[in-house]
Amino acid sequence: MKKIAWIVVVMLVLSLVLAGCGTSEKSAVNNESGDKQSEASAEKVFVFGRGGDSVGLDPANVTDGESIYVTQQIYDTLVKYDKESTKVVPGLAEEWEVSKDGLEWTFKLRKGVKFHDGTPFNAEAVKFNFDRWMDENNPYHHGDFEYYMYMFGGFPGIISSVEVVDEYTVKIALEKPLAPFIQNLAMPAFAIASPEAIKKYGEDYFKHPVGTGPFKFVEWKKDDRIVLVKNEEYWGPEPKLDKVIFRTIPDNTARLMELEAGTIDAMIGVNPDDAARIKENPDLQLLLRPSMNVGYLAMNTEKTPFDNVLVRRAINHAINKEALIEAFYAGFAKPAKNPMPPSLWGYNDDIEDYEYDPAKAKALLAEAGYPDGFETTLWAMPVARPYMPQPMEIAQAIQQDLAAVGIKAEIVTYDWATYLEKGEKGEHDLYLLGWTGDNGDPDNFLYVLLDKNNAVKGAASNVAFYKNDKVHDLLVEAQMEMDQSKRAELYEEAQVYIHEDAPWVPLVHSTPVLAARKNVTGWVPHATGSESFIDIDIQ
Amino acid sequence: MLTYIAKRLLMLIPVLVGVSIIAFLLIHLIPGDPAQVILGERATPEALEKLREELGLNDPLYIQYFRFARNVLRGDLGRSVISHEPVAAELAERFPATIELTIAAMLIAIVIGVAAGVISAVKQYSWFDNLSMTGALVGVSMPIFWLALMLIWIFSNLLGWFPPSARLSHTVDIPVVTNFVVIDSLLAGDMQALKDGLWHLVLPAIALGTIPMAIIARMTRSSMLEVMRQDYIRTARAKGLKENLVIFKHALKNALLPVITVMGLQFGILLGGAVMTETIFSWPGVGRYMYNAIMARDFPAVQGGILVIAVVFVLVNLATDILYTFLDPRIKFD
Repeated sequence: MKKIAWIVVVMLVLSLVLAGCGTSEKSAVNNESGDKQSEASAEKVFVFGRGGDSVGLDPANVTDGESIYVTQQIYDTLVKYDKESTKVVPGLAEEWEVSKDGLEWTFKLRKGVKFHDGTPFNAEAVKFNFDRWMDENNPYHHGDFEYYMYMFGGFPGIISSVEVVDEYTVKIALEKPLAPFIQNLAMPAFAIASPEAIKKYGEDYFKHPVGTGPFKFVEWKKDDRIVLVKNEEYWGPEPKLDKVIFRTIPDNTARLMELEAGTIDAMIGVNPDDAARIKENPDLQLLLRPSMNVGYLAMNTEKTPFDNVLVRRAINHAINKEALIEAFYAGFAKPAKNPMPPSLWGYNDDIEDYEYDPAKAKALLAEAGYPDGFETTLWAMPVARPYMPQPMEIAQAIQQDLAAVGIKAEIVTYDWATYLEKGEKGEHDLYLLGWTGDNGDPDNFLYVLLDKNNAVKGAASNVAFYKNDKVHDLLVEAQMEMDQSKRAELYEEAQVYIHEDAPWVPLVHSTPVLAARKNVTGWVPHATGSESFIDIDIQ
Repeated sequence: MLTYIAKRLLMLIPVLVGVSIIAFLLIHLIPGDPAQVILGERATPEALEKLREELGLNDPLYIQYFRFARNVLRGDLGRSVISHEPVAAELAERFPATIELTIAAMLIAIVIGVAAGVISAVKQYSWFDNLSMTGALVGVSMPIFWLALMLIWIFSNLLGWFPPSARLSHTVDIPVVTNFVVIDSLLAGDMQALKDGLWHLVLPAIALGTIPMAIIARMTRSSMLEVMRQDYIRTARAKGLKENLVIFKHALKNALLPVITVMGLQFGILLGGAVMTETIFSWPGVGRYMYNAIMARDFPAVQGGILVIAVVFVLVNLATDILYTFLDPRIKFD
């Protein structure tokens, strides 16, 4: 009997014994690889942790952030966003000019640039890429090319032709002027890929990306890792890292533990609640991404009593945004006063927000003819979004704020698809939603979300069904105007009208939280959600 | 015997048809338009119509089901809406990782579970019995994700004994042949990689194996207690057999019979439990694939995953039942 007990006790501690051996062996492995590293003159490997794997690596065919993060390292675009803003700067095109009527864009391309497969980058390559995107009958048009469709309005959409002028000059002709055109071209989706590689791999191109960027693709183990190495022949400044490994670690907490343990060097997707823990850790640094989103409460202006501007203003006064940020964003958000985030040009900072003032709200309601308030419905999203981490709880907080001024709001929710569908049909009263910007153009917020053209029942992205002709004229004029400073003025003016009409309660601009090891330098998070790793170094 | 197996195999057909119907209906049970669900907030009407056509959503339900069933029989589980790759190929790529993890978890569960159960039964009401049964109770009721995070925190973060995630360190590279790390590293003759691979298996296997371990321990204990009260055990003891022989040869062999059924069931359940474990340990298996597919509303992928897991579950149970008839001569073959 005793013997058996002993056997089992031995068994139960077996894992501990094994683990003991493991420690020594593991450290032996570590030492070994450490030696190897020093032999190879300290190869700089940057391991980047994220929550999901890439969907594909053909930049023209992906819309998810995880895919774009990787393609942005492999590819260059004709023009790109400045490191710290959404201003457009030269990329593969050194300079460009637009005809007076805004219909012809001419790009002078950089010379001596090579794709990773050794083929030359030139005007033909640019034309090949555009033809592939815009022509549904092109033999290499495999996939949806969703961003092309969104930004240029279908196939071929607004681009009528792409012409090779000479080896390093390309001319793009438009059907009609499109002011955000150059802003759109800087999106990672419009990266220039190697025509030879596209021909070679056909439908499998998304697994074999070949660009001109600072890092070259090596391998992709699904759901596990993507490995890139330095492009020794990069045309720009020399990348400081020798190798980049994108690791997929789905659980936010597990990912943070890996960062703490040093098995990864940087991560995105930090729970706001963990920010304090990162700040306290001397080995880690906390980074904030400039916010380019907005979470809002839309009021259905086609329904009573929300067709009354006094009621809408009253509701704006009734909601305590600071309290929402405190309670649901761990402080990582700014109260919103405009429908677009302050990180965009054209943001009107002169606008003064409706301050939180329940008494004023009550007075306005009385003036509007509702001294005792009214009953309504408050629609809450069923899923968390970056701009609204806990929609149901946020709805409850808003419900209480409204109750304090006499408005009884019943919370309504559906599954996500039905929620969006019913919202587009305008079945709601008060409606929570948000938007994340794509390209750093105010048009991408104001026109999409508040123009009367987008208030069509059944397909509305303007879920307040806000229709103001003056705003519409300003927004359309801004679309046709080529001068960015003039456009900025138009957008600033539009924001004044929108503020006065108050179709929304703009709630917050949330700030994504990122983290890295202390020895990582040169990582500047960009508002668009991803950035080049070319300046990143490990000390 | 053969007729029994043939009968059981025939009985599989209605079960699998049922499973396929449930997996098929999944896409139609969710409210709203599946195409809209998949494409999300910014879909244009044209894109929606195109996808509906692609998914065949415009046809009557029974036609859709027959098309689905016919394709499944051909090994075609459709294409993932997200990656546009065949679901069958994507599942096949990830299946070895899950099987490897599940087998490791099952081994841990069986070895420790049976041992703890036997000792608890032999030394009923002893401190060991109390301790292990309390442990088993805790084990059954412990949320996997919490246990997994705790394991990572303690054994990886604080003690640094085991790697926190993935199947291999990124410094280790072996040619992929079968996609089983253990087999591939043996094929490559790379002992370093084998060790690395096994090391990565420990924490997720413990996390995944804890619940079945606890269940097996409790089951073994009660089964052992029952067997030990049988006349033939008393006879064996009366003959003056050594206690070890009585316990292991006479009692355990018979006590394990019901436990084997439980093991079979647990093996199937583990495939489902892998969703949590694989997600937290970044294990690139079917569980992770399903999790991603559900999060991304990739219905063909969810459908395919459910089908494959259900089929494996049914087959494992069949194998257990057949094994059972071998072990217990009292069970008739008809």
